[in-house]
Amino acid sequence: MTSPDASADPGGTPSAPPVVQLSGVGRRFGAVTALDRLDLVVPPHEVTVLLGPNGAGKTTAIRMITGALDPHDGTVRTFGLDPADHGEEVRSRCGVVAAKPALYDRLDGRANLEYAAELYGLGRKAAVATRIRDAAARFGIEHALDQQVGGYSTGMKTRLALARSILHEPDLLLFDEPTSGLDPESSHAVLEMIREMTDDGCTVVMCTHLLLEAEGLADQVVVLEDGTDLVSGTPLELTRRYWPGTVVLVAAEDPASLAAATAIPGVRSSEPGTEPGSVRLHLDHDRRTPDVVLALAAGGARLTRVEPLQPSLEDLYFAVRTKRDVAADGGRQLTSDGINETVGGRQRQVEALTGWRAKDTPAHAGTTNEGSSR
Amino acid sequence: MNWSRVWTVARTDLKQLIEDRGFWGPMVILGGIFFLVIPTVLLLTITKIGNVDVVHQMSQTLKVLPPGAQAQIRGGTDQGRTAYALAVFLLAPVAIVVPLTISTAVGASTIVGERERGTGEFLAHSPAHEREIYLGKLIASLLPGYATTIAGFGIYSLIVNLLVGPEVGGWFFPTTQWWVLMLWVVPPFLALTLSLVLRLSARVKSTAAAQQAAGLVTLPMIGIAYSQSTGALFGADKAGLWIGIVAWMVAGFALSRGMRAVSRARLLGVADGI
Repeated sequence: MTSPDASADPGGTPSAPPVVQLSGVGRRFGAVTALDRLDLVVPPHEVTVLLGPNGAGKTTAIRMITGALDPHDGTVRTFGLDPADHGEEVRSRCGVVAAKPALYDRLDGRANLEYAAELYGLGRKAAVATRIRDAAARFGIEHALDQQVGGYSTGMKTRLALARSILHEPDLLLFDEPTSGLDPESSHAVLEMIREMTDDGCTVVMCTHLLLEAEGLADQVVVLEDGTDLVSGTPLELTRRYWPGTVVLVAAEDPASLAAATAIPGVRSSEPGTEPGSVRLHLDHDRRTPDVVLALAAGGARLTRVEPLQPSLEDLYFAVRTKRDVAADGGRQLTSDGINETVGGRQRQVEALTGWRAKDTPAHAGTTNEGSSR
Repeated sequence: MNWSRVWTVARTDLKQLIEDRGFWGPMVILGGIFFLVIPTVLLLTITKIGNVDVVHQMSQTLKVLPPGAQAQIRGGTDQGRTAYALAVFLLAPVAIVVPLTISTAVGASTIVGERERGTGEFLAHSPAHEREIYLGKLIASLLPGYATTIAGFGIYSLIVNLLVGPEVGGWFFPTTQWWVLMLWVVPPFLALTLSLVLRLSARVKSTAAAQQAAGLVTLPMIGIAYSQSTGALFGADKAGLWIGIVAWMVAGFALSRGMRAVSRARLLGVADGI
């Protein structure tokens, strides 16, 4: 990757300036507010994942970063430059894959890539042909370069769009749901490629609402909703913030023998596990796990499974959103560790999350002594 | 301004047109009708039907032409004089209708089409400046119509010389006025019309709406262009030059204003009013 400034130097230090910095950015489309005082910092050489539901402002944020749209409020800096004033320079160093592949169906794959190469200033030299071939090969699409794109499958179009995005060797890659329409194998390959790009010194911003694909890939997670950032940080930081304790999945031959688990010191709450007869125990510390196992065994439980659970990104996402919803719902604040101190029971959480009224909430909502974040 | 990018945008749009048989098929038919079928039928009818009343009456109507135009008419017979006048003075619409119709059809969908296909997102994130995109699209819209017209003009010249030439003492077409018309007067009118059409294309919500709106713009433009073209043919030697100068000035102004119509927000389809 070309890296004329410090922010793009491979192997940059943690103190390297951010590649992208959005401060208090607002953008409206008529009466609709797409972004509302959005703050976003994208460190170099890392994968930043923007999570959020449809309409959260993820795509608009990407458009702000390249200068495709100007902010109504706040400031945008990409590579330290204002895209409104240095749009050509900024966009030349960005590779974008939009939610729709944005390809020219009447042209063949090669012509699509040649078009991008010329717009990005690579020209029409022989070296460009090699670069096109290599980019296509990287995504397994080189065999179809001479076919009209209109005849491509959705997955082939996505691959071609991905090949186009790296053609000019950008410093910053912006992917808006890059695996949309891809089969699992291709999705995996794309996510692998994204990781490789950061290893090569590239910085990646990826939007998705597919939490599983961000799992294990994100160096930084930013949860967006209604155009603003609810929370951001590394997955570990966020996990520690929302789950300072430990969650252990426990199963027993007789599920009734687990009923007394909440009385064991260190067990803060219990809820049904995903498997029949299992429970998820929220402990105040991971060192409690052996004590809990011993206590349950001493109480006569014949345990068939004890598995410490690492909260998934999905858990994190819903925890963040639930906290906000509950806070907005009558001021029933959650504490920073995600425990609802004022609402006894899980029903309020479910109601806040799903919009179901309490009387419609499933009765088996769980056994809890303090409530939980999900 | 990066002219390499301008040409890249134009060339890519033209490539897509060439790949679209549904577009160039009717375009060839339209050019064929105006430059080949209509002139052939009219001129053959006049030169071959003999000294009948119709031809005589038509030759009488030539007296309403300006004296300068009458003085240019060649031919010793009514058929010859009528055919000459028809070929040189009265078929100016073919030089106007064809390029305006074809180019308007292309131009109307060019920007809104990017938005509808989703490719506007690619252009919006690309380093290309809005002006470069606008000019590329303008060239891509202008060339098909103008190229068809130039090719048709060649065919028309051949037909006129073959059918009318023997009546007036040899090949005579194109006349000086026609050269001026084709190379100096038609292009600015084409550019002027396209500047309006591209502005419409950037502002409307769909290709269908763009085509409708472009039709409303194009019809009066055809009328204006036709009257000015006829004036250029009828007038003295300098008339065409002056009409062209004024048309270029107006077109230049319209193009500079039109460039502002293309914005990244419009390419993305998120501008207010879209």
